[in-house]
Amino acid sequence: MSGYARRVGIVLWKDLLVERRTKESLNALLFFGLLLLFLFQFSLGPDRAQVESVLPGLLWLGFVLAGLLGLGRSFLAERDNDCWEGLLLTPGDKSAIYLGKLASNLVLMTVVEALVLGLFVIFFDIDIRRALPGLFIVVALGTFGLATVGTLFAAMTANVRAREVLFPVLLLPVQVPVLLATVSATQVALAGQPLADARAWLQLLAAADLVYLVIGVLTFEFVLEA
Amino acid sequence: MSYRPVVRALGWLALLALLAGLGMAFGYAPREAVQGNVQRIMYVHVPAVLTAYLAFGLVLIGSIGYLASARMGWDRLAAAAAELGVLFTGITIASGSIWGRPTWGTWWTWDARLTSTAILFLVYVGYLLLRAMVEEPERRGRFAAVVGIVGAANIPIVHFSVKWWRALHQPSTILGPEPSPIAAPIALALLANWVAFTLLFAYFLARRVEIARLEDAALQGAVRAR
Repeated sequence: MSGYARRVGIVLWKDLLVERRTKESLNALLFFGLLLLFLFQFSLGPDRAQVESVLPGLLWLGFVLAGLLGLGRSFLAERDNDCWEGLLLTPGDKSAIYLGKLASNLVLMTVVEALVLGLFVIFFDIDIRRALPGLFIVVALGTFGLATVGTLFAAMTANVRAREVLFPVLLLPVQVPVLLATVSATQVALAGQPLADARAWLQLLAAADLVYLVIGVLTFEFVLEA
Repeated sequence: MSYRPVVRALGWLALLALLAGLGMAFGYAPREAVQGNVQRIMYVHVPAVLTAYLAFGLVLIGSIGYLASARMGWDRLAAAAAELGVLFTGITIASGSIWGRPTWGTWWTWDARLTSTAILFLVYVGYLLLRAMVEEPERRGRFAAVVGIVGAANIPIVHFSVKWWRALHQPSTILGPEPSPIAAPIALALLANWVAFTLLFAYFLARRVEIARLEDAALQGAVRAR
């Protein structure tokens, strides 16, 4: 088991190191997040009340769109320099690679989401201090659900024709429950209500996360073989 | 008895059952008191959705079977069932729209079960798109199987998320826990049409699997001849 955990750690460390040196995904995603905020504002108009009522949805649209770009890229680097063959030659259970990639994707998405949230607070002038603990739980559960399926599908579509279209077309319908649950729970959190009001949604999210994780671990070896 | 005559007999049986079902829907079943003749759309709508669920169940079975055994027969079953599932989901949505216009006053509404059926449709259209994008049969089978499993596992999650999100559709009268309040002739006509749709589905499925088998054989023959 310790060997398994070590392999997970190695994949995570490798991905974070590559990202730290190139800053490819992070820089582009942060800029993309900022751009999204501007687009939302432009398309909704200056009416403050109108914007306020759709804030939770906008926030998650931002997370999901940034996540789509970030997750979709997570296996592209492996295609160069025979890295894919390297992954295939890794001894032991291939699910360790999945968990490592999932962990690195979670780190990347968390950083992006934290900054997008910060920009949200500034540009839409909202007070989230009281909502922050609840929001943290909702974002953690939602991001996990998005990343589990996203990592699995990203590995699958990395070597497929029309990858850029296929990845969102496969991922988005599956993620509808996660989106519904997170937007509803975020609404509760932003309104300053206790998070217990959204308990059913959080339970659903946790259950979905668990189901996705189990499927990802069990089926990853089948999508890795190119 | 060989395969072909059985399938052919199944086809004739399905045709007879469909004619009988049609006759019962228009001749035997009484006119519904509130909605009038429009209600007779139910004899298409409900059997279609039940058949679609049967199809997606078979996609799951075929997917698991393929990943477990790597035998192409399972993959052909899953692919054929997915195509038919999309077809019958499409029939469900179209007939429901036609039914909804005079009774609810709208073609489409974001009600819970309409939404979850639409999501189901999108997930399996994605499944078919993925199949179209991967040429190599063995790889296509593996990828599609993973999506088939994720899609099926997602059905209950979608169901609950959308149910909590919104509810307008009448609750299911057949599959509910209480004894069905449907009048006996209507229930009987519905049963007849359900049997007819299931027979038609079985016939289509057998035919589609056979065609896929011949395609694979022809492809292999072409490769060998070269």
